[in-house]
Amino acid sequence: MYSFDPTEEQQMLIDAVKKFAVNDLRPAAHEAEESRELPKKLIHKGWELGLLQASIPESYGGFGGRSAVTGALALEEMAFGDLAGTLAVTTPSLFATPILLAGNEEQKKTYLPKIVEGGWSPYTAAMIEYAFDFDPNNLKTSATLQGGNYVLNGEKAFVPFAREAESILVYADLGGQSQAFIVGKEAAGLIVSEEREKLMSLNALPMYRVKLDNVKVPVANRLGGAAGHNFDILLASMRVANAAAAVGVANAAFEYSKNYAKEREAFGVKIAQKQAIAFMLAEMRTEIEAMRLLTWEAAWKLDHGREDASNEAYLASTGAADMAMMVTDRAVQILGGHGYIRDHPVEMWMRNGRGFATFTGLAIV
Amino acid sequence: MSIEFESPKPITQTQFVLKTVAEEMMRPKSRYFDEHEHEIPWDYIEFMHSAMKAMGGNSLAPRENGNGNAKDSEKEKRPPIGYQLIAAQLEALSWGDVGMYHCLPGGGLGAAAVHAAGTPEQRAKFLSRFNGDKPTFAAMCITEAGAGSDNSAIRTRAVLDEKTNEWVLNGEKIFVTGGDKSFTEYEKLGRGFIVVWASIDPSAGRAGMRAFVVEGGTPGVKVTKLEKKMGIRVSDTAAISLVDARVPFENILGSPTVETNTAGFKKAMATFDATRPLVAATGVGVARAALEFLKEKLAENGVQIRYGLPRQKLTSIERDVIDMDIMLKSAWLMVIKATWMADNKKPNALEASMSKVKAGDVCTKITQKVVEILGPLGYSREFLAEKWFRDAKITDIYEGTGQINRLVVARQILGYSGSELR
Repeated sequence: MYSFDPTEEQQMLIDAVKKFAVNDLRPAAHEAEESRELPKKLIHKGWELGLLQASIPESYGGFGGRSAVTGALALEEMAFGDLAGTLAVTTPSLFATPILLAGNEEQKKTYLPKIVEGGWSPYTAAMIEYAFDFDPNNLKTSATLQGGNYVLNGEKAFVPFAREAESILVYADLGGQSQAFIVGKEAAGLIVSEEREKLMSLNALPMYRVKLDNVKVPVANRLGGAAGHNFDILLASMRVANAAAAVGVANAAFEYSKNYAKEREAFGVKIAQKQAIAFMLAEMRTEIEAMRLLTWEAAWKLDHGREDASNEAYLASTGAADMAMMVTDRAVQILGGHGYIRDHPVEMWMRNGRGFATFTGLAIV
Repeated sequence: MSIEFESPKPITQTQFVLKTVAEEMMRPKSRYFDEHEHEIPWDYIEFMHSAMKAMGGNSLAPRENGNGNAKDSEKEKRPPIGYQLIAAQLEALSWGDVGMYHCLPGGGLGAAAVHAAGTPEQRAKFLSRFNGDKPTFAAMCITEAGAGSDNSAIRTRAVLDEKTNEWVLNGEKIFVTGGDKSFTEYEKLGRGFIVVWASIDPSAGRAGMRAFVVEGGTPGVKVTKLEKKMGIRVSDTAAISLVDARVPFENILGSPTVETNTAGFKKAMATFDATRPLVAATGVGVARAALEFLKEKLAENGVQIRYGLPRQKLTSIERDVIDMDIMLKSAWLMVIKATWMADNKKPNALEASMSKVKAGDVCTKITQKVVEILGPLGYSREFLAEKWFRDAKITDIYEGTGQINRLVVARQILGYSGSELR
C-alpha cells in the first residue's frame, strides 16, 4: 500500500523538531555563521529532542528503534532551521548509528549506552577526503592488516568536532572495500589539524582535517569485528540523510523567498503576482516535493531491507543535491539585490545548497 | 497511518497483465497506426473491450467508493486505491502506446465529467452503457478556436426552448479527443456521447458555463474534421460543429439556472484534480518506454551505467541516464501521491497540478534526450524512440498546459485568487 501520512509519533517528533528549528536554530543561524561559533547550549537543546536516543533500543540505553523514514523526516525539519546547527546536533549519530547498524554486540554495548545516556558528547566520523574525485566506495585512506592490528594511513577532511572528539569512526579502504574503524582520541599517529576547515558555508560547524599516520587499530575496533560489515547500508543511510537535509534547506529558501515575494512591491503589485516570479516558486515547490518523495521512498526501502535501497538512496541524494542548488539559487534571485546581502539568509542557503554534492558523510539517518 | 511505499497487489497484478497487453497488442501495431492516421484499431478496441468485460468492469472510471474493480462489500475495510490503480493502468498502457491508450473503450473524460458533476440519475442513465456488448466511447468538448486554456472564453451557446423543454446548442468545438468514436455511429461501436461545454448566459461569465451530454448521432451535430497531428496519431482528434442541436432538458450537468457565484464552474473544474494526475501517469508511461529502450540499446552496445559513482567520475551518458532515472521515479511518486490523496478524499489541487507539471517536463525531456543519445537510431523511424518523442509532447499541453498548471500551483502556494495572480 502507498501512504504519505507520518505516524502520530512521527508527527509529534516533526512538530517538536520544527519548533526547535524555527524558534532556536533559525534565529541563531546568522550570528553563528558570522562568528563561526555555535552556542553549545543550542546543541544541547537540540540533543534533548532525543532523535538519536529514540533510534537506539532500550537494551543499549535508548528508548526506541531506528527508522530511516523517521530520521529523514526529522532531519528535513531541523535543516529547515539551519544546516550547520543540524549537523552539529546530530554529529554523535555519525558514530553511534553505524555502530547500531553494523557493529557487533560488544561494540554496541561498549559505546551506545555511553553516548545516548549522557548529554551531547563529541563522537564523530571521518568520511570525506580532500580530493576532487572523492568517492566513498574508493577511499584513498587505507587500512592494512599487520601483526594483529589494522594500520590506517591517509588524510580525512571535513571532520566535525574532531579536536574534542572522544572517538572517531574512520572510513578507510581495506582490500578494495570501504570499512569503518573506531579510533580513540589517544591513538598514536592520529593528528587533528589545529586550524578549522574554512569552507564556503557551515562556518558555525567546527570541522577539521584528520591525518592518520600508521595508526594502529585493534581488530576488535573494526566495525563489526574481524568479519567487518556491510558498507553499502551505511553509505545509503548517509545519502538518505544528505537528501533529507537538502530538502530541508531548499524548503527554507522556498518559504522565505515566497513570503518575501508576497510582501515586496514593484510596479504597483506584489512581485509574487508576476508570473515570472510565481512560476519560479511553483517550480521550486514542485521539485522540492519530487525529491522529498524520492527521499522518503529510499528511506522506506532501507527500513524494509529492499535490494534496491542503495541505488534509491544514491538517486535521492544526487537528485536532491541538484534540486537544492536550483531552489536556493532561485530564492536569491527572487530577493534580487537583497538576496545577495548577508542580512537575509537566502545567500547562506545558496552556499549550503551547493554543498550537498559534497556533504555525504556529514549526516546519517 | 504511516509512510508506505509498498505497491498494492492489485496494482502489481494489473501492471503485470497490462505489460503483456502492451507487448502483444500495442507495440506491434504502434508504427502501423502512426503511419496510417485516422484508421481505427478495431482489433485492439475489441480485444480490450472483451478483456475488460471479463475482468468485471468495462469502465476505468472509479466506482463510488473509489475502489476500482473491487466489490464494495468485500473490500470496504481496505484503503481505497481506485485512482492509484487507474494511474498504474494508464501508465502501463501508455508504456505500450499512449495513442492507443486513448482508443481504450470506455467513458474517458466524458464519463469523468458525468461522474463528477452529474446527479445519481444522470450517472445511471449515461454511464451504464459502457458495460454493454459493444465497445463504447465518450468524449469531452471544451476547447474552441478562441478558447483554449482560458475556457471561460467559450462561445458555444445553449438556449432553453421552453416549448419543447430542450436545450438548443450552437457552436464550434475543436481538439475533441475520441470525438469521432464517441459521436459518429459505427457498426462495431455502441452509442456514445460527447459532453459539450456551453454558456447558458454569456453575461454571467464563468457562472453561466455548463456541460451538456449530447448523444451520439444527435441531428445538427457533425464531426467536421479529424486533425493531423505530430504524435498520438491513432487517437482521433475531432472538430465538431453544433447547429441548432437539440438536447433534452435533463442532459445538463449541474444547475439549469445561473447562480451569482461560480461554484458550479469550480466544481466542474475540480474534475481536473482527479484527471491531471492520470494524464501525468500517461506521460510517465511514455517516458519509461523511452528510457528502458535507451538502456537496452546501451547495454547491447556494451555501455554500462555505473550507479553509485560520484558525479565527477561519470561519463556524460551516465549522468544523463541517472538524471532521467531520478526524474522518472520522482514523477511517478508524485502521480501516486496525488491519486492517493484523491482516493482518500484529501484536497489535492496542488498535488494534482504539481504531478502534471512534473510529468509534462519529465516526459518531454526524457524522450528528447533519448533521441539525442541514440543519434541516428533515435531519429530513424525504424525504432519507436522518435515516435515517443512526438507522442510525449502532448502531455505538456493537454489537460492544462505546463504553464496553466504552474499557474494553479502558484495560486495554491501563494494563496492567491485568479484575479490576484492572472
